[in-house]
Amino acid sequence: MKKFILSLMLLAGITTWANAQSDKYVAAMQKNLALFDSTKTAQDFLNLEGNFERIANAEKNQWLPYYYAGLCEALYGFQDPKADKDAIGAKVLDLAAKADAIQKTDETRVIAYMGYIIQLMVDPQGRYMTYGANAAKELEEGLKINPNNPRLYFMKGQGLLNTPEFVGGGKAVAKPILEKAVALFATDKPQPLYPNWGKDKATEALEKCK
Amino acid sequence: MRYLFVGILILMATLSNAQITISGKIINGKKKPLTGVSVTLNDTYDGATTDTKGAYRFTTTEKGEQKLVLALNGYDTLVIVVNIQNQNISLDTLLKPNKESQNEVVIISRSFKAGAGKNAVMTSQDIYTTGGANGDISQALRNLPGTQQLGEREGLAVRGGDVYETKQFIDGSMIAHPYFSSATNVPSRTRYPPNLFKDVAFSTGGYSALYGQALSSALVLETIDIPEKSEANASITPLFWGGGLQKVNKKKTFSWGMDYSYTNVGLYFKLVKQVPDFFKMPQYHSVDGNFRFKTKNGGIVKYYGTFDYNQMGLRRQSIDTLALKNAFDLKGTNVYQNLSWKEPLSNNWKLNAVLSFSNNHNNINQQLQDSSNNPYPITHTYWDTLNFALRNNDLFAQGKVVLEKKLLGQNALRFGAEYWYNKYELDYNQYNYKLRDNYISGFAEADIYLARALALQAGIRYENSSLLGKSDFAPRASLSYKFAPKNQLTASYGLFYQKAENLYLIRNQQLGMTQASHYILTYIYQGQKTMLRLEGYYKDYKDLVKTWPDYTNKGNGYAKGIDLYWRDNNQTIKNIDYWVTYSYIDSKRNYLNFPNSMQPNFVANHTFNLVVKKYFSSISTGISPTFNFASGRPYYNLLLTNRNAQNYDVTDQGKTKQYQMLNISAYHLMKIGKGFGVLYASMSNVLNRDNVFGYQYSVTGMNKAPILPTAKRFYFIALFISWGVDRSQDTINGNL
Repeated sequence: MKKFILSLMLLAGITTWANAQSDKYVAAMQKNLALFDSTKTAQDFLNLEGNFERIANAEKNQWLPYYYAGLCEALYGFQDPKADKDAIGAKVLDLAAKADAIQKTDETRVIAYMGYIIQLMVDPQGRYMTYGANAAKELEEGLKINPNNPRLYFMKGQGLLNTPEFVGGGKAVAKPILEKAVALFATDKPQPLYPNWGKDKATEALEKCK
Repeated sequence: MRYLFVGILILMATLSNAQITISGKIINGKKKPLTGVSVTLNDTYDGATTDTKGAYRFTTTEKGEQKLVLALNGYDTLVIVVNIQNQNISLDTLLKPNKESQNEVVIISRSFKAGAGKNAVMTSQDIYTTGGANGDISQALRNLPGTQQLGEREGLAVRGGDVYETKQFIDGSMIAHPYFSSATNVPSRTRYPPNLFKDVAFSTGGYSALYGQALSSALVLETIDIPEKSEANASITPLFWGGGLQKVNKKKTFSWGMDYSYTNVGLYFKLVKQVPDFFKMPQYHSVDGNFRFKTKNGGIVKYYGTFDYNQMGLRRQSIDTLALKNAFDLKGTNVYQNLSWKEPLSNNWKLNAVLSFSNNHNNINQQLQDSSNNPYPITHTYWDTLNFALRNNDLFAQGKVVLEKKLLGQNALRFGAEYWYNKYELDYNQYNYKLRDNYISGFAEADIYLARALALQAGIRYENSSLLGKSDFAPRASLSYKFAPKNQLTASYGLFYQKAENLYLIRNQQLGMTQASHYILTYIYQGQKTMLRLEGYYKDYKDLVKTWPDYTNKGNGYAKGIDLYWRDNNQTIKNIDYWVTYSYIDSKRNYLNFPNSMQPNFVANHTFNLVVKKYFSSISTGISPTFNFASGRPYYNLLLTNRNAQNYDVTDQGKTKQYQMLNISAYHLMKIGKGFGVLYASMSNVLNRDNVFGYQYSVTGMNKAPILPTAKRFYFIALFISWGVDRSQDTINGNL
């Protein structure tokens, strides 16, 4: 009997412990996601990348922290003009691959897209054909998984907005895609901790098209 | 039992409530703070990233022995065991650069690479955007060190070598006639457009055993694979117009295309006065076709074929008699076809095979004419060289197979064989000459990584020519050492053979191979956006062709010098990309009819190039000024005072004045209807300098005339338009 009670207690202990672990994960994610929403400087994005990567490495079976680590690394790469864009792009792609290894998602395609775009920025004219094509492929794949992901349209639209008109970009081409993105953002109801960023920026980008 | 339980609970509560701060500073070996270091308590969420001062700080509730992991890209990850008790921890430390990522040597960087690769010194765009190059590969490469500025002729004269000592290869197969035929002292262009190639590797010496029959330099061109999208294009310029089509299937596994262009400089020559009297305007018709497809196992088959026809006729004043003129009339055709196959095989083997066929035909007539352009009867035999009918036909068929095995690490083994068939026919007035050669070659080469920072590339090439009836072995080797991050030192040696030019072989088929040994020391610094390349070399020429008193292999020579290249892509000056080169050379040779060892007329001792590129993204416009400088080149008048003399006499000699050339080109990118347009304009010799390329002498040696360009300046304006079908948006448009 004593043994039985002991094992029962032990079992209870383990369950609480496990719950505590996942509570801890949720709490840590929520805390860092709150930070993410207020983050502005390149250095802050780098700090946050570290936080998410630590969570990812400790958890080992959650793709979201790898996703956010990749997102923060990419945003850091876009913001810091002095950064080694080839190395950052490689790191972003590496984090995206780690997220994919756990679960391949349409959201992570956005991260991989950003990884290629950062590397493209090293030499846009020379790399357009290869890196641009790789980036486009990621968005294609994302749309195949989920044709209603607003962030995929936002990325595409913003990319076109930043592409010179003479190579097929410009306001007129970007506008319908950004409109679609904004419409999808309006009805987008992500699960807790899932990506929900981009609505404001997409609306901003659409404003620029007018 | 109960007390114990409560005890543990209390202990746990205290433990978890006691937050400990861990902080410190991280520096590198030079005591500079390291930013962006990720500091983590292993397998926990706790950690921080260092700020710009290298400082970090975080709190943790973990206790006992824990691993603190310090990681930064490019540095060795450091793991420190910390024992967390009730006191805050302060920990300063140092990270060492990662030897694995930064010290790996690269074998490839012995040649100047143009393309998208990391070691590229020029990109394909550079060839289009470099001022003065006007989309001509060889002209663009003349802005690299080791090459000579030769205004009177096309081609690359590299490190004391004549232009024919540089050979060009498309997908591994030698191009017999890379340039359009032209008249003496009227330079012509490269036949092949730069956008045909994804990689251009220009070796100024010590090149791989996979290539042969070039004493000085190898220009290795690799054609593009299947293009990204279907496209139609048009070129409109006052000099030429052209159009083309490229179709790619949806899966991007098959593509085909063709282009046609027609050049007629008649209108241009009316606007810009030329010195020679062009009685037949230079005209070129050029057609090309291609197809490419992917094989099942990820290989690729590529075909490229081109046919062109060109003609020109010009009259220049005779140097021998002022009242007379030399009229030169040329018609030429050229066919080139290349079929290549690349296939990955099992067990890390790779196959590279190529077949090529080319036939070049020229029909040249030169006539002595009087002041009213009527034929002038010949009275002296030596005028035979001024009044002639020349027909030549040069046929080349080649096959080459290379097998490559990737071994452990980056080690690799390559070997293969190659066969060239050449039939050369020349009719010169009443004389007929014919040459036939079966050339075979076998080669093997290994990349051996002796240590992480030390790599050896060693190869050997066997060559046999049936015409010469001789065989030889050419060893090649290079040792690369990466002595510090970004810094690499390479020592290369190679023995290179080349058949004498057909022009000499028709006189004496017993002529053996000419040869050159290269000894090169290369230092390369490869920064993030900067590159420094410094090379010192010594070249020993043996068995060069002598044409007097007999056709023999008794010639010899040497070349030694240094080449410097520095490129800075937007690093120090914002938005300005520039490179500078300087070459010093000392070279002499005793060959052809030279009476002794002399500096050849294609060698200037000092050459300096500055290429600047600036792109204004707000107005989608780029400009590129380039400046070339070369010290004077020697010129000689070699005269045979009597038919039985052992040597020619140097009756006059000197050095031309310095060569200076400032070119400028600009391009503007725009949208034209649904197409993408590039408006391009360029002007050469902005400073309007009178450059002299040498002197020529009358038969008697009494009259001497400078060799000048056909016009002081060259202007070019063109509009290129392409209409592409971009499939990357299909999915997104389908969902809108």
